[in-house]
Amino acid sequence: MITTQNLTKRFGNVEAVREVSLDVREGDRYGLLGPNGSGKSTLVRMLLGLVYATSGEISVLGQRVPKHVGRVLPEIGALIEEPAAYPHLSGRANLRLLDAAGPDGARRTRRRRVDDALEQVGLAGIDRRPVRAYSLGMRQRLGLAAALVRRPRLLILDEPTNGLDPRGIRDIRDLLVGLNAEGVTVFLSSHLLPEVSALCTRIGVLDSGRLVLQDQLASLQKPTGRVLISTDDPERAVATLEDLVEHRDGADLVVRSPDPTELNARLVGAGVPVRSLVAQRRSLEEIVLDVTGAGSDQFGVPAAEPGGTVEASP
Amino acid sequence: MITVELFKLVRRVRTWFTIGLICALPLVVAIFIAVTHLAPPPGQGSAFLSAVLDDGQLYPAAALALVLPVFLPVAVAVVAGESIAGEASAGTLRYLLARPVGRTRLLVSKLISVTTFTLVAVAAVTVTSYATGVLILGPSRAAAVGTSPGGLSGSIAPGAGGAPTAGLQAGAAITSLSGTPLTTLELVERVLGAMAFITVSMLGVAAIAIFLSTLTDSALGAALGALATLVASEVLVTLDAASAVQPYLPTRYWLAWIDFFRQPIFWRDIQRGFGIQAVYVVVFLAAAWANFATRDITT
Repeated sequence: MITTQNLTKRFGNVEAVREVSLDVREGDRYGLLGPNGSGKSTLVRMLLGLVYATSGEISVLGQRVPKHVGRVLPEIGALIEEPAAYPHLSGRANLRLLDAAGPDGARRTRRRRVDDALEQVGLAGIDRRPVRAYSLGMRQRLGLAAALVRRPRLLILDEPTNGLDPRGIRDIRDLLVGLNAEGVTVFLSSHLLPEVSALCTRIGVLDSGRLVLQDQLASLQKPTGRVLISTDDPERAVATLEDLVEHRDGADLVVRSPDPTELNARLVGAGVPVRSLVAQRRSLEEIVLDVTGAGSDQFGVPAAEPGGTVEASP
Repeated sequence: MITVELFKLVRRVRTWFTIGLICALPLVVAIFIAVTHLAPPPGQGSAFLSAVLDDGQLYPAAALALVLPVFLPVAVAVVAGESIAGEASAGTLRYLLARPVGRTRLLVSKLISVTTFTLVAVAAVTVTSYATGVLILGPSRAAAVGTSPGGLSGSIAPGAGGAPTAGLQAGAAITSLSGTPLTTLELVERVLGAMAFITVSMLGVAAIAIFLSTLTDSALGAALGALATLVASEVLVTLDAASAVQPYLPTRYWLAWIDFFRQPIFWRDIQRGFGIQAVYVVVFLAAAWANFATRDITT
């Protein structure tokens, strides 16, 4: 759906995007991760023909961009950083206006498409109030609705859950998963690891303009071959498992074993009261911090996000 | 896209507020003149203003002369300066372009929208000042007396009680600046001609402001830049030392619309005025296009 080859963008002396080769496949829920300033927005703008690449090639929906961008944009719904609307007009009027401005927005179906999009994002009940009076979360939902009015094949969303409360984040996540199940490819950029972790099937990580990682999330999060056990009787558990125990912290053990089921059977057989037992997987946070030089404060790791963005708690 | 731009223009409160302000200036002037009966003597002050006490129907021409030097170009510069820069700073530009709206198409729609605004403003000034002239300053004395050298009296019906000063005036029927009388039809034609010319005169400013609007994300900056150009032009137009460049200044033929009221119409400067505005529109729109079509949209 989206491929780029050695895509580079320089603003003066600053290389915002360096030799990025993106590969977003049909049906993906692709999360582009990166700290603020890592080049995510510049990359998104290049995909939409708003910013021209210094070098490299872009293909979106099989068409060259920016050369044929006019052909692909009608099939794309986009949220480009913050949503924007004419503040003195109502949400509906804004969506109608934008729809009327471009091609493929049949007037006959406009009212229904606008109403459907508003309902999808949970704004079905909005009245004639001007957008000026909207809360941040409502504006964000309106921006998403604008992306959905023409029922696109591809959604390109820059920070889609910005400004939403936990409930809103959940709503939008469910909406995107639902659209994806209907065949819409979702490409989103975010600096919020929990959001991407909960939503995406495939991730790319940008660091200082470079794509330092791109893979299926499932294969990145393969079991590490260790099992985390929590028990009321750690002494007996250690005695039972002997040299498999790698680390003990009070009642919590880290045990080397590829097979949690077998481990559980052994513990129960030995009469160890197991409170919990899970195969260890690397968190997205560990994966990302591993490949980037960024400190966790540059990512939206919970409690480290300045500026009041509310995190979804798992 | 053009209908979308016009819709945005119509739904902006600012559009109507601005037009209201432009119309208010001639109204205020008319009230002062009507109350004091002190019109500037012929040859002084704003064009036509000396004649309006004699004939309120001439007031549209006087009103256009009042708003032309400052009010109208300021309004046009503000609207045109905002065209791209305003969308850019509000963030709506990126959504329009991603909709997609072609960049060239957007520029052309903006120019048409600004032109429409100018035309509506000029028409509003003409209509309101005609009403002002007839109601406050009174119709021509000829109408009051019942003789009509210009053939006008029969067509004008002063509103009841709306011409308090009519009987007090001494003056003549509508005559051209050259002293020969004009028929109603001729007058209407000439007013329409003057309105068209003034609208076109504003297109040069509009094109400059749109060009600046593609350079900066500050709508105010673009508007002020265009106004600075105009002020410079108005200064140079009156400077003998700058006579070499005067024929090419955007404001050089701004007053040529007065030539519509000569008998016969004096076409030379009118044609040159149209020509110079066309050159400014072509040059600055081309520059705007060259800049905008390849620009990175980072707002």
